[in-house]
Formats: sequence, structure tokens, C-alpha cells
Amino acid sequence: MNINLTLIGQSIAFIVFVWFCMKYIWPPIMNALEQRKKTIADGLAAAERGMRERELGEQRATEVIKEAKGKAGEVIASAEKRGAEIVEQAKTDAKLEGERIIAAARAEIEQEAQRAREALRTEVAALATAGAEQILGKEIDPAVHARMLDELATQL
Amino acid sequence: MASENLTSTAYIKHHLQNLAFGQHPDGSWGLAHNSQEAREMGFWAIHLDTMFWSVLLGSVFLWLFRKAAKRATSDTPSGFLNFVEWVVEFIDDNVRGSFSGKNDMVAPLALTLFVWILLQNTMDLVPVDWIPWTTQKIAGLFGADPHHVFMKVVPTTDPNATFGMSFAVFALMLYYSLKIKGPLGFAAELTMQPFEAKNPVLKILFMPVNLFLEGIGLLSKPVSLSLRLFGNLFAGEMIFILIALLFSGGVILSLLGGALQWAWAVFHILIVLLQAFIFMVLTVVYLDMAHHEH
Repeated sequence: MNINLTLIGQSIAFIVFVWFCMKYIWPPIMNALEQRKKTIADGLAAAERGMRERELGEQRATEVIKEAKGKAGEVIASAEKRGAEIVEQAKTDAKLEGERIIAAARAEIEQEAQRAREALRTEVAALATAGAEQILGKEIDPAVHARMLDELATQL
Repeated sequence: MASENLTSTAYIKHHLQNLAFGQHPDGSWGLAHNSQEAREMGFWAIHLDTMFWSVLLGSVFLWLFRKAAKRATSDTPSGFLNFVEWVVEFIDDNVRGSFSGKNDMVAPLALTLFVWILLQNTMDLVPVDWIPWTTQKIAGLFGADPHHVFMKVVPTTDPNATFGMSFAVFALMLYYSLKIKGPLGFAAELTMQPFEAKNPVLKILFMPVNLFLEGIGLLSKPVSLSLRLFGNLFAGEMIFILIALLFSGGVILSLLGGALQWAWAVFHILIVLLQAFIFMVLTVVYLDMAHHEH
């Protein structure tokens, strides 16, 4: 345990080690650490930004969906209205058509009745004339009694 | 080994002797064969074992960390690089915490001190006889007398190593004190406190007293720094040696020795770490004081 030249040797070794460490070890490691810190900070910031952008996107999407929903509602409402209108129109048309058909039928019936009545009248006049001929036993001159016969026919 | 032909005293003495190379009193150069010869070599001798182990461990530290530094990128670190970065950040935090000045040398200095001392102290955990015994056997192959081959594997149990570091730190303290405060400022710091006075006569009267007190304070820093480390590690080594004596005392004592050695090694891990840490932190604090202007 003597103090000797080792003392100086150790001092020199120590100084050389410190110098080497200061020159070749400390700076690269510290640089890497600093850079990594920066990278991580940047990454975190980017993530933060991404989150915010996503939030904004979500908001925008919600708005778009709301708007689309509104528009769809409008379209449906107008379609329903249009449908109702069409149905209404059809109903009116059908009614008119029906009425027209009924009126035509009625007119035809009227005509038919008129015609029947006319025929009936002629036949009745003939029958009456024939009847009267038999009752009176003589011929009735249709020309002489035409007026009377016409009156009779109108009474039918 | 604590073999039959060795007494306990001789065993302990053998373990506490460095492998010294120097000039014998008769003028020839060579290894010291015993502590008597080592003492007679005086200052101009060198402890080969201390130098070898400390330089080897320092080189291991630089090699490992240099390898990590080369691979250091801002990408995800893995394995060993992660560990190195953890150590570097630990040191960086400590230096930032206790060093307020601006000096790019302090942090690498602290890193070197911490890891180097830690590695040197860790040699204490290698069972005390392994390396010396191997060395003796190898030296025996080359015809050397095993009893004269000394091998102290823990450099920090050699005061030369601890004082070597603390004197270098002391030189840095003085250098930065002079550089930052200027010769006058440094002189004032040493002579104008702790006793202060407005009266110029009193001021001059106080000067030698202040110089004495501050001088002791200044000189005690490197001395306490190195003696603390040396003392702790030397004591720990001593206990390992004493425990190792049990191995020559039969089966039961050997088993007890094994258990004790394990227990002491576990406890010693704390000392190994703590002493390296204390040396590093105090060095940073002393350098901070040197950078501080009053």
C-alpha cells in the first residue's frame, strides 16, 4: 500500500478515459436522445392533430347526415303530397266518368222507352180502331176520325 | 490459497500486496518479491495489477459505451443500447440536478467516474482467490515462485487509484476556480471568509485564519473523496479475505464461509454501487462549487 508512480499512472488513465468519453461517447448518445425526444414530441403532436382532424370530420359527417335526413324528409313529404294529389285526381276523374256513363245510359233508356212508347202508341191506336170497328160494326174512316184517334193516342 | 504452508497472517498480507514493479535498492529493475522490497522501491515504482485492472475495466467501459454510441439513433433502442441510454440519462439527470454552471466536460466526466469506479468496485465481488490463484498458476508455468506473485484485482482498494482520480478532480477544481473566479476572486474566496469584517485592519488580521480554515476545507475535499472510496472498498475486501480464511478450516467452516461470503457479497453490492455514486456526485458538486461565483 505504498503511494508511488501508480498515482500518476492512474491520473493519466483517468484523464484519457474522460477525454475519450467526452469526445466519442457522450455527444452521440446525447444527440440520439435529443433527437428521439424530438421525434416523440413530433409524433405526439401529429397524433394530437390527427385526433382534432378526426373530431372535425366527425362533426362534418354528422352535419351532412342531418342535412341528408332533412332533405329525405322533404322528398318523402312532397312525394306523399303528390301521391295524394294523384289519387284525388283519379277519384274525381272516375266520378266524372261514372256520371257520364250513367247519364249516357239514362239517355239511352229514355230513348228506348220513347221508342217503345211510340210503338205501343201505334199498336194501341190500331187495336182501338179495330176494337171500335167491331163494336160499331162498321168501318170507321180513319181519315174522318183521325183527329179523334190522335187525341186518343196522345192520352195513352 | 490459504493452504497448509501459509499462516493466516501471511495469507492476508499476501492478499494486500500489490504487484509492484520498480527499481530495487541495488539498482536493478524488477518485480518486488515481498512487501519489504516494494516499500524500498519508494515512489518510482508502479503497481502493475492496479494499472492493468483499472485500464482494462476502463477500456471495457469505453468499448461497450462506444459501441452503443455508434449504434445510437433516434429509433427505438433495444437491449444493450437501452441500458446504456438509461445509465447516460441517469448521470445526465444527476449532473443537471447538482451542476448549475455550463461545462460540457462535467457530464462525461461524471459518467466515466461512475461506470469506471463501479466496474472496479465490482471486481470485489469476484471471489478473492480466483484471479490471484489463477495468476499464480500461470506465473508458475513460467517458472516464477507463486509466493512472490501478487495480484490485487480491485483497483479501488489501492489508494494510488483513488487518489489518482481525486487529484485529477482536484486539479480540475483548481483550474475552474481560477478560470471562472479569476486569481483574485479565488484568493478572496480563500481569505475573506468565513470571518468577515468591514475594518481593513481586522480584515488583514482575519486573513491567515480564513486561509487556514478554507485551505483545510479545500484540501480535505480530494482527500476525503479518495479515502472514502478506498476505505469502504478496502474494508469490504478485508472482510472477504477474512471470510476466505474459513475455507481452510474443514468442511463445516467452509460451508459457513460460503454462506458468509454470499451474504457479504449481496450486502457489498450496495457499497459497490453507493461508493461509485457518491464519488460521482461529490465530484460534480465540487466542480459546481468551483464554477460558482460568490
